[in-house]
Amino acid sequence: MNMSPVLHDTQRRDRMLTIGAALLGLALLFVFDSMFDPFTMQIFKLCAINIILALSLNLINGFTGLFSLGHAGFMAVGAYTCAILSMSPDQKAANYVLQPIVPWLANVHLPFLPSLLVAGLFAGFIGWILGIVALRLRDDYLAIATLGFSEIIRVLLTNAQTITNGSLGLKGLPRYTTMWWAWGSAIAITIFLVLLIKSSYGRAFKSIRDNEIAAEAMGIDVFGMKVLSFTISSALAGIAGGLLAHYLTTIDPKQFIFLKTFDILLIVVLGGVGSITGSVVAAIVVTVSMEALRFLDGPLNLGFMVTHGIPGLRMVFFSALLMIVVIYRQQGLMGTAEFSWASLSRIGLLPKRSSKEAAR
Amino acid sequence: MDLQTFLQQFVNALSLGSLYALIAIGYTMVYGILRLINFAHGDVFMIGGYLAFYGISTFVIPWWLAVALAIALTTLFGVGLERAAYRPLRDSPRISIMISAIGASFLIENLAIVLFDARPKAFPVSDFFAANYVFSGVYVAGISLIIPLVTIVLLAVLLWIVHRTKTGMAMRAVSTDIDAARLMAIDVDRIISITFAIGSALAAIGGIMWALKYPRLEPLMGIMPGLKCFIAAVVGGIGSIAGAVLGGLLLGFIELMTIAFLPELTGYKDAFAFVLLIVVLLVKPTGLLGKNQGEKV
Repeated sequence: MNMSPVLHDTQRRDRMLTIGAALLGLALLFVFDSMFDPFTMQIFKLCAINIILALSLNLINGFTGLFSLGHAGFMAVGAYTCAILSMSPDQKAANYVLQPIVPWLANVHLPFLPSLLVAGLFAGFIGWILGIVALRLRDDYLAIATLGFSEIIRVLLTNAQTITNGSLGLKGLPRYTTMWWAWGSAIAITIFLVLLIKSSYGRAFKSIRDNEIAAEAMGIDVFGMKVLSFTISSALAGIAGGLLAHYLTTIDPKQFIFLKTFDILLIVVLGGVGSITGSVVAAIVVTVSMEALRFLDGPLNLGFMVTHGIPGLRMVFFSALLMIVVIYRQQGLMGTAEFSWASLSRIGLLPKRSSKEAAR
Repeated sequence: MDLQTFLQQFVNALSLGSLYALIAIGYTMVYGILRLINFAHGDVFMIGGYLAFYGISTFVIPWWLAVALAIALTTLFGVGLERAAYRPLRDSPRISIMISAIGASFLIENLAIVLFDARPKAFPVSDFFAANYVFSGVYVAGISLIIPLVTIVLLAVLLWIVHRTKTGMAMRAVSTDIDAARLMAIDVDRIISITFAIGSALAAIGGIMWALKYPRLEPLMGIMPGLKCFIAAVVGGIGSIAGAVLGGLLLGFIELMTIAFLPELTGYKDAFAFVLLIVVLLVKPTGLLGKNQGEKV
């Protein structure tokens, strides 16, 4: 039996399926954009931003095996950079009431795309510097150092009155993050990461995760690769921060306390540390259920008793879920597995061979 | 700056540093034995403060009884925490244990917001603690005198336990090599429980004294002191009790003295600890009094 045409057919089928799924996705986005009410749209956009955040945290934590807790800091860098660059001089004058903004920033006014890119680059640059310093540490020391760094960023943002407007924050940012921006970035970044993980760089990252000493013995520049992974992860977090700023339209340093990193970590752990598919699915599921479970914070009718609103019950649910997953199902939803068309046919949702092959 | 101002700051720094030291000991002991940052330690500290508050304000029991009960319950809480969140993962990869520790901290904080209410509560401080005593122009609150004394007494007791009792010897054995200790018929799980009990009791005492010094309880009040005390433990050399005390005092002095001498840096107060951490980790990763542990392949 000749194997190669069979393989060829399956490959062609998979490519057709991928193109079909992409077109279907685009059509769905288009339908959603015109159909849903603004509130649903907001949640839908937040899903996309959380996908970027979860993927960028997963790159460093899941694929490179470096436990970093500094994500909130990089988001903050990105959010502030993007916001300051894209605000018009008038908006800046209206925002900086206690002390005027430094002159060299006062008249900067860039469109959204360049602002977002600069935000990503700047967050990446900060990540690169921190990486060179902190990646000499390992495990929990790295976690605490990166966490500390994100707190330092927050303290700097609070005190640099003439640049960030301090604890007053920035208000009235233009609502640039449309659904196309949010999902466009999320899809582009997902594709980028899939390609990155499949490339030789991705293999290097994974080999560092699995056994650092073996990786070094195989001639991988372990430190350089760690810094690279950390820099990319920070840059992506910065882009997500920029999108978030123009999604919320109001930012202040308090939003970026390190508990924000825990929220992202929750998504990564639930999805599976080291799975892109898992992060994407979990980001959507968690974002939607965060909204769907909002009723937990309000009055509850338990049948035998009615409770008054208990604010915070929702977060108890999510943190308990995190604990249960960590203790009973450490691999999360996906483990390190990824979605592929072949996996669908393995579980019987797609025919094992295309009809043409079967006829042959 | 005259001598009097310096002495005033010295007294303040001493009491803050002693508090940090007390909490840092809990981190260093758990880390020494399990190689785990007990992220929830700061939350155990918060629980201690709240339990004392409810004892005194809601159940109106005498303060010494409320404090004793709060310490006992917090100790049980800490031991239960280890059972529920850390023991099932004893043989898991470190990253899972760390996520579990973070998750536990996250869960306790959120539970505290639900159970204790997110609004801050005022901790009742009796006159004895609040009163100011004047020593040649230096004002000292009662509590600021008591904190260093309590710390010294507890430290002496702890050092006695670790170095002079059989349990202490077992703790040191588990800390040196957990597998060898098990082969020597040491009940490792029991020793770990005892370690958590001691750490949590110290955290509870720290929490109550913190509440007496800064009488304002919030569900998230444990996070910052928790992080800073972990840093104190790392700076001193994690795993070393003397190191934790040194690190705690050092951190207290750096924080208050910087504010005293350079008041314009007050806004950056919370960042000092992290800068100190990064500097120490880069210059001397094992901390000031830490032993150098070779990397195992």
